[in-house]
Amino acid sequence: MATAEEVAKAAERRDVRDRWLLSAPALLVIFLAATGPLLIVLIYSFLTPGPYGDVKWQFSPDAWLSVFMERDIFDDTLSLAAAHVTIFWRSIKLAVVTTIATLTLGFPTAYFMATRSEKTRDLWLFLITIPFWTNLLIRTFAVLQIIRNEGIINTILIKLGIVSTPVQILYTDTAILIGMAYVYLPLMVLPIYASMEKLDFRLVEAGYDLYATRFKVLRKIIFPLVKPGVIAGSILVFIPALGAYVTPSVLGGGKNMMLSNLIELQFGQGRNWPLGSALSITVMIIVMVALLAYVRNAGKSGVRHG
Amino acid sequence: MNWKTMTAAMGLALLATTGLARADGELNIYNWGNYTSPDVIKKFEAKYNVKVTITDYDSNDTALAKVRQGGTGFDIAVPSQTYVPIWIKEGLVQETDPGKMENFKNVAPEWANPDFDPGRKYSVPWALGTVGVVVNTDAYKGPADSWGIIFNTPDELKGKTNVVPEMNDVIFAAIKYVGGQQCTDDKTVLKKVRDTLVAAKPNWIAMEYNTIEKMGAGDFKATSDWNGSALRQRLANPAIHYNYPKEGYGLWSDNVVVLKEAKNVENAKLFQNFIMDPENAAGLSAFHRYANAITGSDKYMPADMKDAPEVVIPEAAKAQGEFQKMCAPEIQDIYTKIWTELQK
Repeated sequence: MATAEEVAKAAERRDVRDRWLLSAPALLVIFLAATGPLLIVLIYSFLTPGPYGDVKWQFSPDAWLSVFMERDIFDDTLSLAAAHVTIFWRSIKLAVVTTIATLTLGFPTAYFMATRSEKTRDLWLFLITIPFWTNLLIRTFAVLQIIRNEGIINTILIKLGIVSTPVQILYTDTAILIGMAYVYLPLMVLPIYASMEKLDFRLVEAGYDLYATRFKVLRKIIFPLVKPGVIAGSILVFIPALGAYVTPSVLGGGKNMMLSNLIELQFGQGRNWPLGSALSITVMIIVMVALLAYVRNAGKSGVRHG
Repeated sequence: MNWKTMTAAMGLALLATTGLARADGELNIYNWGNYTSPDVIKKFEAKYNVKVTITDYDSNDTALAKVRQGGTGFDIAVPSQTYVPIWIKEGLVQETDPGKMENFKNVAPEWANPDFDPGRKYSVPWALGTVGVVVNTDAYKGPADSWGIIFNTPDELKGKTNVVPEMNDVIFAAIKYVGGQQCTDDKTVLKKVRDTLVAAKPNWIAMEYNTIEKMGAGDFKATSDWNGSALRQRLANPAIHYNYPKEGYGLWSDNVVVLKEAKNVENAKLFQNFIMDPENAAGLSAFHRYANAITGSDKYMPADMKDAPEVVIPEAAKAQGEFQKMCAPEIQDIYTKIWTELQK
């Protein structure tokens, strides 16, 4: 005869089994949808390129070798793939600068929003989300209309007599940065605002009462408390900025490749799908490493402040 | 067999034949974007009672990759001549034998038996064009019939010149400029090509496809471009001129093929025949602004194209035109490396 304990154990086992069975379909979908395509990319990166695109089912580590090493086309020496490294570096730099720019603009914006009265807050929030109603490409073209030689900025500058010939902004790195900062700003503002809204402003007052300077209040009270929002915002901006395609192409003029262009080249005119796959996975690894480093770092200093 | 089954069978047979002749049903066309004349399509739909659906692609490689995966539901595609042999070799298209179709007599003799499809067993000409240099003569008055505009940009055009980032076209042009042959494996030539490109790039403002709008607005004063695009630019601004580079320029043609996986083969064949009719060919040209290979189409062409220098290649420039070929994969690999080096 089973004791009460055994019955309870059996019931628990059944419960666990049922839970697994019930969640199996969801787990299967997550597993297939999230890892299935990635697995194909991973497998392709170890195959041989077909003569006109596609892959031949033949193992080859060449794609991975050529991500960072290249055989010189003229003297056949093996060396660091300077072109790839330059392109990787350009993309990483742009993503970092975009993150910093959006943070610099987004933090005060979120602070401003959070310190309004409750009624008007919703209005500000609403205004921030408006750009999301239109397509990214259209927003980018809107920026182009503003900064191009016959655009709004240059027309005003010339009318005011500040410059005589239009200032070339379009097709420069500045143009890319303006576009990126504009496009990704809401992604930074929203998470910071979310944590700023929960901030207990009595703590800020307490800080002032204890003779803290404004800067000290910001650094020692506000910033540590909204840090989760800053981290979330930075991640939300950094990842898509690293893979940005539309904005750099339209505003930068396509003279200098970004990571995304390099990958596209391999699947298009370059006809080297394995290299394209290897490059894609390399980007994922960079993102993962950057995230781990960032989150760990942030976590550590968070503890110190806490 | 009693007479009832007989009549039923005959009725069915009759239905089947009329069905073939009238070709009611659908046709799915897979073509480059902004390239298919809606008027000509409407005419085809009305004539054969067929519903036509058009899907766009943006490059030969995209089209090839997608059709190769199969299950697209497309009946017709329009690859460039460099790609037609690949489509044939990979077994993606079916032999519809356009060479024996009724309207084939209209195809100009020089287009009736091309290298990329001997005897026209698969393909029908859709459009013909060239790749040359476009210059806004308000900004630069000097001679412009040279790739030097792009690769050794004159001072007036520095920082105002665009290059259409079509890898094969640009490298073809650069090879011609340094005096080589297309698809060459001569390393000294290729090295010169790379050095020329890398040295030229600082003088370019951009590498973009969007030339019609940007040349019109004055963001660019010169660009490498296709002739049809150049024609549209001149119609917007008469100061914009198209030039045939004296070092040699690329000729291309796009061709209509029927896919092996086509479900509406008869309609697709009707379409191939339909566009070889002079009036219809002229209708296509009036929309995409490129020449066609159909004799007798000139009298239906719009007035602004009849003797447009972009469409009708001047006698003096004819000899320098050369059909672009598909290079061997090893050569293509070098092209990609040079291209990456150029855009790094």
